Amino acid sequence: MPARIQIRRQVSQRRETDVLALVGAVAAAASLTWLLFTQIAPFSGALGWLAVGYLTFLGVYALLVSLDENALTVRDRLAAAVIQSLAGVLLLILVFVIGYILVQGVTAMIHSNFYTQDLSATSPLDPLTRGGVLHGVVGTLIEITIALLITVPLGLTCSVFLSEFPGSFARLVRTFVEAMTALPSIVAGLFIYSTYILTFGLQKSGFAASLAMSVMMFPIIIRAADVVLRLVPGSLTEASLALGASRWRTVWHVTLPSARSGLATAVILGTARGIGETSPVLLTAGYGGGLNLDPRSGPMVSLPLLAFTLRNSPQHVMVARAFGAASLLMVLVLLLFVVARRLGGQGPGVLTPKQQRRRDHQSTLDAGRIAGRIAGRIADRRLRARAADVVGPDAELRYETQSGVSQ
Amino acid sequence: MIEFPELTERPSAGTAATTSIGSRPKARLSMADRVFALVAHGSGVTVLLIMGLVGLFLAARAGQALSKAGFAFFTTQAWEPDSGDFGIAGILTGTILIGVFAIMMATPFAIATALYISEYAPTKLKRSFVSLVDLMAAVPSVVYGLWGAFFLQEHAVGALNWVATYLGWIPFLSVPGHDSRDPLASPTDLKSSTFLAAMVVAMMVTPIASSVMREAFSQAPAGERESAYALGATRWGMIRAVVLPYGRGAIIGGTMLGLGRALGETITVTMIISPVFVIQPHVLEKGAISVSSLIALRYGEASDFGLSALFAAGLALFLMTMAVNFIASIIVSRSRSGSASEG
Repeated sequence: MPARIQIRRQVSQRRETDVLALVGAVAAAASLTWLLFTQIAPFSGALGWLAVGYLTFLGVYALLVSLDENALTVRDRLAAAVIQSLAGVLLLILVFVIGYILVQGVTAMIHSNFYTQDLSATSPLDPLTRGGVLHGVVGTLIEITIALLITVPLGLTCSVFLSEFPGSFARLVRTFVEAMTALPSIVAGLFIYSTYILTFGLQKSGFAASLAMSVMMFPIIIRAADVVLRLVPGSLTEASLALGASRWRTVWHVTLPSARSGLATAVILGTARGIGETSPVLLTAGYGGGLNLDPRSGPMVSLPLLAFTLRNSPQHVMVARAFGAASLLMVLVLLLFVVARRLGGQGPGVLTPKQQRRRDHQSTLDAGRIAGRIAGRIADRRLRARAADVVGPDAELRYETQSGVSQ
Repeated sequence: MIEFPELTERPSAGTAATTSIGSRPKARLSMADRVFALVAHGSGVTVLLIMGLVGLFLAARAGQALSKAGFAFFTTQAWEPDSGDFGIAGILTGTILIGVFAIMMATPFAIATALYISEYAPTKLKRSFVSLVDLMAAVPSVVYGLWGAFFLQEHAVGALNWVATYLGWIPFLSVPGHDSRDPLASPTDLKSSTFLAAMVVAMMVTPIASSVMREAFSQAPAGERESAYALGATRWGMIRAVVLPYGRGAIIGGTMLGLGRALGETITVTMIISPVFVIQPHVLEKGAISVSSLIALRYGEASDFGLSALFAAGLALFLMTMAVNFIASIIVSRSRSGSASEG
């Protein structure tokens, strides 16, 4: 009897009618909007185009789907279209904002003096071939380094506290930290201004700006590190404790290394946020045109502060420099993000392919060594048994085996 | 005094052989562990102290101005501290208006993005999308401010003009003194407005709200999801029946977290608005103000007393933001998603 012919089943969820409905709806919406805007109604403007076009698209799409499907499916498809388009619009806006700043900043960034000079010897009318933002770059780097030196030890210790000692006190600290993630940056600047500069009477300086930046960065680093530490599998810590390690050693040798990539990501995210803050630096570091390498005295400008101040200038050249400074800042943040993404890897305990290969290689070596040791012991025993047959049970035997000298 | 229950050692009444009924053997902690516990608790106390000090110092500095102004601080609509006439009535209203409009525009986008990432995005691309949303949150406010001031202001005026003309019968959307049908009407009547500032702040706030919501949506129990599908629901039906109710606390909490951030946004608002100090109910009209932009604009040339008045405004903002965020974190932690993940 001939085998029954099997018809290939379609398991994909997307059907031809769905794709056609989508394409048809887009085309219909575009044409209708064009008709509306150019021939029929006195509307104008790009934003109006988009708004009317979007609504028309939704209407036509619903109509097309309802020709084939029931009302439940129409609602489902419409919801999917709305959700996906809103999410797409958001991501498009992000790309557009970043692109706009980079494009506007290119005119200033292509000159090499932009990176090597500062604005102390530049008059407002000088062209872009003179002057640069070196003082902003150096200021940003110095301030963020000091802020990291303050924030990372304290922040990581606090997140270790939150994960290792759960209780009502830890819950209180966690609630505070989460509430402080939205501390207005100007309030952080005001706080440092009122303590460091007014109460203690010290000058506006880069160090004060670092303090203000660390007040902003604390909650972010603590919160992100806390999330990562909570994801470390409990079996790892319990295994370590069961083997007799103290709590401190468990944290230092097991928990922190497993969460290492996540912690690095948390620190980098906090850094990205800290670099981009203008108002803490505005209040505490002051504005100066020259390069200042000393964080303890004198105004120390950062890149965002530079962009903020230069933008108010009536000269086009200065505004171009402001865009250049903002683009440089954007490139820095993007770089930090890419590094964070590479470092982040997967969760704790999951390895990248390269790490897995390295671990496999090490396991092979270990297996060989252990097998050699076992073989050596078996050989020892066999040799001893044979020797006892020959020499008698009390004789001493010394010889070298693979596992070393043995009796 | 902080209790270290792990460290308390009951004085044992003898060797293990003579332990009485009811006393538990307690572990002897090594010196390293004691130091570790001390250091860890100490860091928690330090962080708490720093947070508390922020409020304390602000209050101390603000005392001078507050005692001079008294209750009129909340009802006056001007900002001339040196002549004694200053109050945050208009400023607080402006801040709240910017925050509310920003969050109104941000919430649909945040919910849509969170739903897209957790439900509709292909699995291999989910991490990339999450990184993109985090990147949006990390873009410096100067960048958004520059884009808003130089691009959005020029190009959004047309659409805002349309809204003011055809929807001007809604009282807060009208722009008195500006007739848009008059070809000689100045377009700057609609720039530097509350609504424009709110639009840019909405873009900064959406990723924050979206992250909170996404974390909750992706934790919706798979059993309930599959039950919905098994009963014949479509994907949207499943979302409405399972994911959205599960994440309801996160939606509210994320929105309020975003509102807290929007209330405190400084640089973006400063770069877009032109300041007024009275209550400005027309959101499309030029002239707006918020507490943080007031401080950023006025701190440079403020006298001692003026500085104290600015501190008072900063204290009000701090308390308002803290209150909003406390409520947000309580709502999130009490929701189904929050209580499932709490350690």
